[in-house]
Parts: sequence; C-alpha cells; structure tokens
Amino acid sequence: MDFQVVVLAGGTTKKLVPLVSKEVPKALLPVANRPVLSYVLEQLELSNLKDLIVVVEGQDAALLVGAWISGAYVDRLHVEVAAVPEDVGTAGALRAIAHHLTAKDILVVTGDLVSDVPPGAVAAAHRRHDAVVTTMLCSAPVGGPAESGSSAGKDKIKKPRRYNIIGLDPAKQFLLHIATGAEVEKDIRIQKSILRAVGQMEIRTDLMDAHMYAFKRSVLQKILEEKDNFQSLKQDVLPYLVRSQLRSEMLLNGVSQAEEKGNVKVGSQDNHVVVSQILANASTQSFHELYASGHNGSASVRRIHKCCAYIASNNKYCARLNSIQAFSDINRDVIGEANHLSGYSFSTCNNIIHPSAQLGSKTTVGPHCMLGEGSQMGDKCSVKRSVIGRHCRIGSNVKVVNSVIMNHVTIGDGCSIQGSVICSNVHLQERVGLKDCQVGAGFVVTAGCEYKGESLARKEK
Amino acid sequence: MEARRGWRAVPKVRQVGFFTPNEPPPPARTQSGPPDSNSPPLSNSPAGNSLSPVMIPPPRHLSDNLAHRATSPLPVPETSAFRRPIPGGDRVAVVGSYNPTDSMLGASPPLTSPSSRIGDGEFSEESSPGWFRRSNSAKFASSFPGGGFDLTSIKSSETLEVEVKKPVEVPEKSGVAGAELQTESQSSSKPLKAKTTKAERRALQESQRAAKAAAKGEATGKPAISSEGAATSKPVKQQPSRKKDALPAATSVAASDRKGVDRPPEKERKKEVPPPRMQFDDKNRVEKAKKRAVVNQTEARNRVELFRHLPQYERGSQLPDLESKFFLLDPMHPAVYKVGLQYLAGDISGGNARCIAMLQAFQEVIKDYSTPPEKSLTRDLTAKVGSYVSFLIECRPLSMSMGNAIRFLKNRIAKLPLSLSESEAKESLCSDINRFINEKIVLADKVIVRHAASKVRDGDVLLTYGSSCVVEMILLYAHELGKQFRVVIVDSRPKLEGQALLRRLVAKGLNCTYTHINAVSYIMHEVTRVFLGASSVLSNGTVYSRVGTACVAMVAHAFRVPVLICCEAYKFHERVQLDSICSNELGDPDAIAKASGRMDVNYVDNLANKENLQLLNLMYDATPLEYISMIVTDYGMIPPTSVPVIVREYRREHLWI
Repeated sequence: MDFQVVVLAGGTTKKLVPLVSKEVPKALLPVANRPVLSYVLEQLELSNLKDLIVVVEGQDAALLVGAWISGAYVDRLHVEVAAVPEDVGTAGALRAIAHHLTAKDILVVTGDLVSDVPPGAVAAAHRRHDAVVTTMLCSAPVGGPAESGSSAGKDKIKKPRRYNIIGLDPAKQFLLHIATGAEVEKDIRIQKSILRAVGQMEIRTDLMDAHMYAFKRSVLQKILEEKDNFQSLKQDVLPYLVRSQLRSEMLLNGVSQAEEKGNVKVGSQDNHVVVSQILANASTQSFHELYASGHNGSASVRRIHKCCAYIASNNKYCARLNSIQAFSDINRDVIGEANHLSGYSFSTCNNIIHPSAQLGSKTTVGPHCMLGEGSQMGDKCSVKRSVIGRHCRIGSNVKVVNSVIMNHVTIGDGCSIQGSVICSNVHLQERVGLKDCQVGAGFVVTAGCEYKGESLARKEK
Repeated sequence: MEARRGWRAVPKVRQVGFFTPNEPPPPARTQSGPPDSNSPPLSNSPAGNSLSPVMIPPPRHLSDNLAHRATSPLPVPETSAFRRPIPGGDRVAVVGSYNPTDSMLGASPPLTSPSSRIGDGEFSEESSPGWFRRSNSAKFASSFPGGGFDLTSIKSSETLEVEVKKPVEVPEKSGVAGAELQTESQSSSKPLKAKTTKAERRALQESQRAAKAAAKGEATGKPAISSEGAATSKPVKQQPSRKKDALPAATSVAASDRKGVDRPPEKERKKEVPPPRMQFDDKNRVEKAKKRAVVNQTEARNRVELFRHLPQYERGSQLPDLESKFFLLDPMHPAVYKVGLQYLAGDISGGNARCIAMLQAFQEVIKDYSTPPEKSLTRDLTAKVGSYVSFLIECRPLSMSMGNAIRFLKNRIAKLPLSLSESEAKESLCSDINRFINEKIVLADKVIVRHAASKVRDGDVLLTYGSSCVVEMILLYAHELGKQFRVVIVDSRPKLEGQALLRRLVAKGLNCTYTHINAVSYIMHEVTRVFLGASSVLSNGTVYSRVGTACVAMVAHAFRVPVLICCEAYKFHERVQLDSICSNELGDPDAIAKASGRMDVNYVDNLANKENLQLLNLMYDATPLEYISMIVTDYGMIPPTSVPVIVREYRREHLWI
C-alpha cells in the first residue's frame, strides 16, 4: 500500500523515572509482563505491516531494544532499529532518519501506544481524503482510577493532566484547530479564515492525540528540512500544518497536480481540465476545495492541504504509556477490561497464574491479576488487581493491591503494597508498607519502613 | 439479454485463440477457425439447438457405463498410450483411430471436433463433460494421462479450465477405435475435468447421477462397440448432462458450435464485466458471496418486499471495517483501494466521475504492474483487473457505463499483440485508457454540448433535474454563447445534488430557479425544454437515471414540453429493462429516514429496526421511451427508438479501436 512505518520508541524519559533506567528504556517497560513496545509491534503485525523502522533515543537504549526485538520477532518482522541522539524530540528523530523514508506516505506510531485501533483505519482515512497529515484521536482517559486509593496525588509524580484542545469540522473528518501542551493554558486563538471557510467548528477537549500519524512523505520531509527548530511532531509540526491548511506553503497542490498531469499526459491540457472538472463537480467537496475555488476571481488557485483526524470509536482501547499514572492504569487495564490486548488466555477466575508459579496455603489471587512464571508466594497472601512479574519471591502475609511488581523482586513477610510500582530486583524487607510509591530498580527498602506517595530509587552513581 | 450474450461470446472466442499455441494441430485450427473465430455461435446455434433437446435415450448411457465398467481395467493402459501420442503432436494417428469410429459422421467431423475444442476452451469443455460423465470408474486411468495433460494445460492457461479438457478429449477420440477404449478414455477424461469450476462439477455430478439412474432402468444396454454405437452413446450421455453441455458428438461441428453457444453464456456470466446482478433473495448465493467479500456486508433486515433481490447492506459498519483492513488487502492496489473507499463513502458519485476515477485507478494499476514469472500479461492482468472490479462492485454496484468501460479495457488487454514487450503493452494500455476517457467522455461531452446548445433559444426556460455534468456543460456553453434563458433546477432529497449545480450556475451568472420535485407540476407550465442526464440508455429506449427523472419526464410529457436526454454513447447498453425493479440500486435507508440538521423532524429515528417499518431509498429509475422526445449523444440527436442502432454501431467501433 506504499506505506512506511516508523515507530518512535523513545528513550529513557524523565517523566517515567524511576521506572525507566539505563537498563530498562521506556520501550521495554513491562505491561502485563510484556514490553510495551510489543503491543505496538503486534498491532502492526496484525495489519500485515512487517517492515518497520524503530527509532530509539540513545545508543544504549537502541542496543537494548534492538536486542529484544531481534530475539522476540526474529522471523516475524523485519525491523530496522535506528538510534538517534537523546532529546532531539519526535520531529528531530524523524529528521534523523528522513533519508530512509521512501514510500508515498509514512505512518508514525509512538512506541508507548497500547491500543487495538487498527492502523489501517488511519491510513485509509488518510488516503481517502488525500490528506497531508492524518492523526488518530481517541477519547482521553477519564481522571484517575475510580477506586483503590491510588490517586497518585503527589505533584511530584503526577503532572497536571494535559488536555488537547481540538477543533473539528462538523463531519468530524478534518482537523481545524489543535492546541497542545502549554498552549492549552493560553487563550484559544482560532483563525478566522478557517472558521469562515468551514462555517462551524466543534471544539473538544475530551480527545487525546494518540500519536499515530499518517504523513505524506514529501510534506513531512519538506517541513523537517525547512523548519529546523521544530522539535515535536505533536507540538510543532501538527499545529503548523493545521494552521496553514488554507494557505499552504507546501506547494502541495501544485506538486500533486503536476504529478497527476504527468501521469495522464495524453491529449491536450484542455481535456485534463475538463476531466478534473468533472471529477471535482461530482465528488463531495470538503471545505478546502470550496475555499480554494470559492474566490474564482483570482487567477491563482489557493493552495490548500488537508489535515484529517481519525477518531477511534469508544469501544476501542487506546492509551499511551507516558506517565507513571498511565503505566499503572495500562497495566491494570490490560489484565482487566482490555484483556484481549494482552494475548494471554485468562483462567476462569479471570486471572493468569503461570503454571510454574507457586502459591502458599491460604493465598488468594483475585481476578484481574497476573502472576509470572517461577514466582513464589508464601502463605496467607492476597493479591488483587496486580501484576507480578517473573521469579519474584514473596513472603507470607503480603498484601498486594493495585500494583505492578516487575521481575526478580523479593518481598519480605508482612509487607503491604498498594498502588505502587516496584521495579526489577528490588528487595523489600519485612513489614514494609508502600502506598502509591515507585521503587526504582535494585532498591532495597529496609524493614519496617512506611512510605506514602514517594519515589524511591538508588542514587545514580 | 440474448443478443448480449451472443455478442460477448465473440471476444471470448478470440481470446481463446491466444492460448492455443500450445496445441499441436494447426490443421485442426484452420478448420475450426471459421466457426469459432467468428464465433457465430448464433449461426451455428440453430443446429445446436435442434440437437440440444437431446432427451434421446438415457438408456444408452447405461450401456456405456456398463461397458466401460466391464472393460475399464483393461483399456486403461491403452488409452494412456493413445493419449501420449496426441499431446506429442502426432495428430494423424489419432485421426485415423478416430475416423473409423465416427465413420458415420464422415472424416471431416472428427477433425473438426478436436480442432474446435482446441480452438475454444468452451467447446472442448462441453464435449468433455459428456465423456467423463459416463465413467465414474475412469479415475485410475486418469492418473496417467492426467499428469501429462495437466502440464500442457497449465502452460496454456490457468484460468480456463476448458483447456484442461481439451487434451482430454483428444485422447478420447483416439480411444474411440474400440468403444470400450473410448469409454475408458472418457472415464479418464473425467478426472481431468475434475479441475473444472464448481458449477461444472456439480453439473457433472448431476449428469452422472442421472446416467446411473438411467442405467439401472435400462441395464440391458450392451457395450456398443460399433462406431455408431459410440457416436450415439455420446449424445445420450450428453443429454443427461444437458444442462451444462448438450453436445451430441454425432454432428461434431454442430455439436461443438452448439456447445460454444450454450457454454458461453454460463462462462461469460462469470466473466461478464458487470456480472448480472446477483439475486439477493437467494440465500445460498448470498452466503457464498459473503464469504468471498472483502467488504463486510451485513444484510439490512427490513427490506421492501419488491426489492429483496437487490443488495442492501447495513451502512455505517462497512466503511470503518474496510478502513481497518487497509493493510490486510495485500493484493489490492492503493489506487483501486482509494477509489473503492471513495465509492463506499459516497465521495464520488455521478456516472462520468466514477468511471473516470475507476479508469484512472486502473491506469495506475497498469503502470505499477509487472508480469509475474511464468505468466502472461494478458491473462494475469485480466484476472487482476477482474479482482479489482469485483472489489469495486462490493464497494458500490457498478453503473452500466462502467461496465462498458471495463469491457473495453479487458478487450484491449485481450487483444494485445503477443509481440509487444511488457513496457510497450503497458504503455499502449495506458494510452488506450486515456483515449477512452478523452474520446468517449470528454470529447463526447463536447459534441453533445454543441448539439444540445443548438436547441436552446432565447427566452427559453430550461428545466433540469439533479446534477448532470453534461447538462451543466450545456447550460454553461449556451450561456457563453450569449443566449438568454432561464434555468429551473429541480432537486430532491436526500442527496440534494442540485444544490451543488445551482451554486456553480449562479456563480457563473445564470438565472436560476430552484425547487424540489414536489413542485415540478407547478413549475412545468412555464418550462420550454427539459434537459436530463442519464446513467445509461438501454436498447429499448428506456433511460435509466437518477430516481425522479422518470417523474420529471412524465410531467413534462403531460405538459407537452420536449424532454431531451443528454447521454454519452458509452453509456448505452444493449440490455432491455422494462421497469426499475428488476435492476436497481438501494441507497442508505437512513438517508431518507433522517432529515439532516433538523432534529425536530427526526420522527423515525428509533424505528429503524421495527419489524413493520421498511425503508426504501431507490437510487435509479427507468423512464420509458414514450416520454422522451430526443436523446442527444455524441453521434447526434436521435429518437429513443434508434438506440439499438447506436449500440450496434458503437459496439463495432469498440471492437475496432
């Protein structure tokens, strides 16, 4: 279909410290005991997209990701892992690999997307409208988790939730306005020309940019080339394209029409005009075309390009792992309501306990839980809505609620863990109480400590 | 319908000529040449028909069967031996062997019959079924010859099962020397035939069954060894199989031709560009079609009784479903996919535009096409285009004009000289498509505009309905000429296409009146001419067009206002249609149930699934020729009764392009 796929897997984002570390880049963070990147890759594989470019920030992270991919997808996918310097931003990352892009359209997916929206839908919407950019919007997650005290309320952990402000045309097909990030706080400035052309704009704040974009390659490359201060696709490139859709500087029309004419080169130019006229009159026109042809007095046709939006339906799951809060939410969802994503088959009790896991007597594992292979639990433990990784050793009388425990974690007797994330190789000694905490890899929590809403990590040496 | 079939048969036959090279016998071809190349299946058909009702004696079948059963083990080796020489190209031997058996027929017939088969996949097919049908036992025999034949057949063509059969037949004939042998060979032929399509296989099965039953009845039948017996036996068997292929071998030529006649319709139906509409009230078929379908088609539940045979799907689920499969439809070309999406989403409508969009997509396809190894461009590309067409049909039923365009394209592909290199062939096809667009649509429109504009006089009030691109051009052209006239645009829900036209005309400074079709009888008295577009014009003069056209035409007729239909000749079709029921398209029922933008009148919003509510959104209607004063085409202005002439002429031109 002439699409090329770029997966932006990121590097070690500051936002997710202490979960991410040098050893575990963001892409490899486990979601239901699988790296988060695998969700994207498998969704793409389902869509028969097997040639991928995975862009990772930082050499080390790239090596790690590359090693994992080659291990896990050795004969299923053809993946090219590209390392880009850190902190170049999404646009910078694309700029770095721009010369690899050859197809007509580029599908850019972020590596932290956990979703079952078929990428084909975005691509099809893109093609159908012959758009310059198509972005996938999904409904933003509603607040924090309703139940379970894990409100993760600390400012330290949880940044103010960013909403996008998105303007759509009445048919919900075109993107008319987008304000993201810091802009959201400011006043909304909407261009009069767009508003006038469309006549009606629907402004929504309940949508989230899912970071799945289809770009026309020529345009993308041109923007990246010309606007070298653009750092982020979402905050720079997309708003720029949306803003300029009625006064395109991309020369898109000119280019594409020239191409088309080149293709159809037979007979007189006159005939082409007639043909395109027939086509134009018979097709339902978007406001772009009406605008372009509206002032037919002027000789030069206005240059326009289209920015489309694909809105995922509500019954699809779509979330981004871009914060610690999101990390625990997604973990919970993947073994809970969105469990079709996990790829595991759930037992009748609605949980997954690996056959090699050992449970002590009177230990209960509730629904929506997952217990990885080789993990051991002592007596009288209770696990609710939590993911426990591989080869963990958990003592007796331990309560785990709403938490994520990664691999090789040792938990002493009598611990109580609520709403927390505990990374690999952590050692919790006896009677530790954790509530809404994040414990970085390899940390040792001494016996009897109680923490609430803190982030614990080893000092970087 | 008949005429059309007959006509179709012609190109097919020619096509067949291409593959034949594999077949060794040139003489055979020459003989067969006249009948099949010209493909007057019709001319021969009478003979065939006379034979066809061959309900003669099923009993003989029995006899054959018996004989062949008894003998079958023995003859196997022999038959195989016979066959081998044949594929090798040793024709003479075969003929000789054959002749004795068919002596009654005369020497020529045997020759012709094989030749004809070779020439025509179809012919051969017909003849063959009769044979295999006789023998159930033949399977083992088939194994030997089968292999060799298969190879040849494969080379020649994968698509036509027919070819497979040809080789089979030849062996049969050789076998004929001894009736037993023959029977056996027939039996052997059968397995080969097994490769035939489902329909054929089924027919075969049925025929076999019938034969068996007959056999029981007439167990007395002797292994008819004499040549005569063989000859007669063939027809007999054919009779039972008759449905599929009635072929009395006795008069080989006639039979073969007849087969050609009978056969083509069936085969053509498959290949036919706009395949005859499926009857959607036939559940089995619908199920099957669904399995094949790319587009998710959920049948709408409440359909109007009279229109159950037309496809009606739940809208709304199709587009997202197709979209989500974007990357999964591997073989689909992006350009075709895009056009399909646009059809489905309703982004493109209007006969000319859809046709142009489709042709341009095919142009892209051809540009990106490269022949896979071991395949011939002609065959493979035809198959590809066929698959794209069926995809497009799933997105939205094709209009007849598009069917004509596809037929043209396939015809061009089939007629590519073999000597052309791939790039040259692609080049020539692309330019053919361009030529089609330019000549049949753009230039035709220009000519029509000239003609029609001469009918516009100062002071006229012209009425048009909906939005037809030709009519629009006419109005604009007449305006450019400085004629003083007024336009009445009649529109109708739910598409309100007239508004777009209105907008463009007003922008150009024409005086317009806009009204809905409800008011057409009030506005008609001041109108002096009615210009209407058409989706297609049928050979009985019926105009098939956007629903509402008939109403406008009839009102105009009642008011004695001349009605001019403006339609390019490529939209003419030899089909005959008397009403708008048997062939039509159903639109989205929601479109008529909902008044967009008016929440206050959406009374039927929640009634969509009520058992006692059926919504009917017809897309087209048929205007009888009495209400039409004149049809303006690129061949001039003609009365509707002259449509068949244009169809005939146009077709000829089609072939010569």
